Amino acid sequence: MPETVLEAHGVTAGYVPGLPILHDVSMGAQAGQITLIIGPNGAGKSTLIKAIAGLVPVGSGKITFESQDITGLATDQMSTRGISYVPQTDNIFRSLTIRQNLDLALRRAKSDAPARLAQLLEQFPALAAKQRDRAATLSGGQRQFLAIAMALATAPRLILMDEPSAGLSPKATQDVLEHARSLTEQGVAILLVEQNVNQALHLADHCFILAEGRNQIDGPAKDLLNDKVVGEIYLGGRRVQTT
Amino acid sequence: MIGVMSYLVFFATTASILAIAVLGLNLQWGNTGLFNGGVVAFFGAGAYGTLILGGTSQEGHLGGFGVIYPLALLGGMAAAGLMAWIVGLLTLRLRHDYLAIATFGVAVAFENLMRNAEWLAGGAKGVRGFERPLRAALGDGFLYNILFFLVVLAILIATYLFLERLVASPFGRLLRAIREDEEAAQSLGKSPAKVRLTAFVTGSVILGLAGGLYGTFYAFVSPQDVLPTLTFQIWAMLIVGGAGNNRGAIFGAFLIWGAWTASGWALSRFAPIEAQLYTGSVQFVLIGSVIVGMLMWRPEGLLPERLVVSQRGSTPSNKQGE
Repeated sequence: MPETVLEAHGVTAGYVPGLPILHDVSMGAQAGQITLIIGPNGAGKSTLIKAIAGLVPVGSGKITFESQDITGLATDQMSTRGISYVPQTDNIFRSLTIRQNLDLALRRAKSDAPARLAQLLEQFPALAAKQRDRAATLSGGQRQFLAIAMALATAPRLILMDEPSAGLSPKATQDVLEHARSLTEQGVAILLVEQNVNQALHLADHCFILAEGRNQIDGPAKDLLNDKVVGEIYLGGRRVQTT
Repeated sequence: MIGVMSYLVFFATTASILAIAVLGLNLQWGNTGLFNGGVVAFFGAGAYGTLILGGTSQEGHLGGFGVIYPLALLGGMAAAGLMAWIVGLLTLRLRHDYLAIATFGVAVAFENLMRNAEWLAGGAKGVRGFERPLRAALGDGFLYNILFFLVVLAILIATYLFLERLVASPFGRLLRAIREDEEAAQSLGKSPAKVRLTAFVTGSVILGLAGGLYGTFYAFVSPQDVLPTLTFQIWAMLIVGGAGNNRGAIFGAFLIWGAWTASGWALSRFAPIEAQLYTGSVQFVLIGSVIVGMLMWRPEGLLPERLVVSQRGSTPSNKQGE
């Protein structure tokens, strides 16, 4: 049984005090697994991941990581706890070179930085070849890879990924999601918010479905993938395809 | 001939002092994205601070501490830095236009304070009784002015080199990262609040340095020297020169100050007598038009921001093998 590293209990959160978007949401994520959050537009998926990342104030409820309370912890403190957050868009610094982006992310690694940099460049060969180019010159998929590489710089045990496929082609989306899958083999837990339900369900281990800011259904991703009712009610009336 | 030379030295000194101020603003806006609409307050804090600390005793207002000149100038810079720290703590949570409005308000409050608090800085009469350093030995003539210009030029070059190093350092990259996306920087464990405050205070200390030199050059400062016009002039210099580029900041300072003085001369010489009453207003319209025109047609400025690559692109393992 994989270890549960992240737990949210009864989280109510929103951008404006007194106007919660999430209502009493609970979920968990396991080490070495992809936990997927899906739901229709406005379900509160991104709000949930931002509340966990400390970007949205939590009104009530509790969020723990490795049994430590991280509710309301500032975003810039998350990396010291072993959590990395990959924002949906604008997740790289376009006026800096690829190497400068990585250096920035590696500053906390200090003496381990050269070794980690070498590791990252080996893991992302497309970035290694373009180190001196401005990040703005990268394609959409390469930008996501850079964002993931930056998230990996601090050797996190949990990565929060907010719609990494936003604006990507189906092929690039597949590459990014497959890379996310490969990260779990090193024991990293991934909490993934995704709109590409079909592709994401194929890769994920467990899935939580939100609607109108509340928990609806959760279960093993493969079970939900085959559930026609779930597909019709919560996934935009679309029946997901099974392989 | 000596008259032309004297004027050129006067022009170059003023432009160099303003260039230092533009470099300070460039650190805040060009590199960090902090919209400081109250530039003149920090410039003024440096000017007032230097003259109050370094001046002789004057009845009716604070001053007469007789601090030796370099320390008085450092004191003026510290006054600007302290004010920036307080203002920064209160306002740096605001974004862009809100920050601009808040800091503009600070500048208006500063001017009003200087104009009305006679006990503090002489009110509308300004701070008097400041002796320019080494005046007894060098006199007030051309020799003094050219030596003072050389000192200002040396300080301008030192400020430029300091900022170039800063921009190329990891801290400089962090500034640009926060300028582009605070959320992404936070997600990497960076604290934008601390970094923004550091950049704001550092830029304001540089503005204070320019103000201190300005006060020294004229040996006098009054509320007329801290009007919002100066904020717009310094902004115009940065926008025209190129935000994010220190060379652009200096180039813009000389270009706009040149255009400002040339337009004043041309209007006084060629405009009809009855229209000359409005010369100042026409100059403001010209400056405003230049800002709008540049923002519309060349928002990156005449010398756009350059890519700063401070390290080689090889992997660490490749380096070891080299």
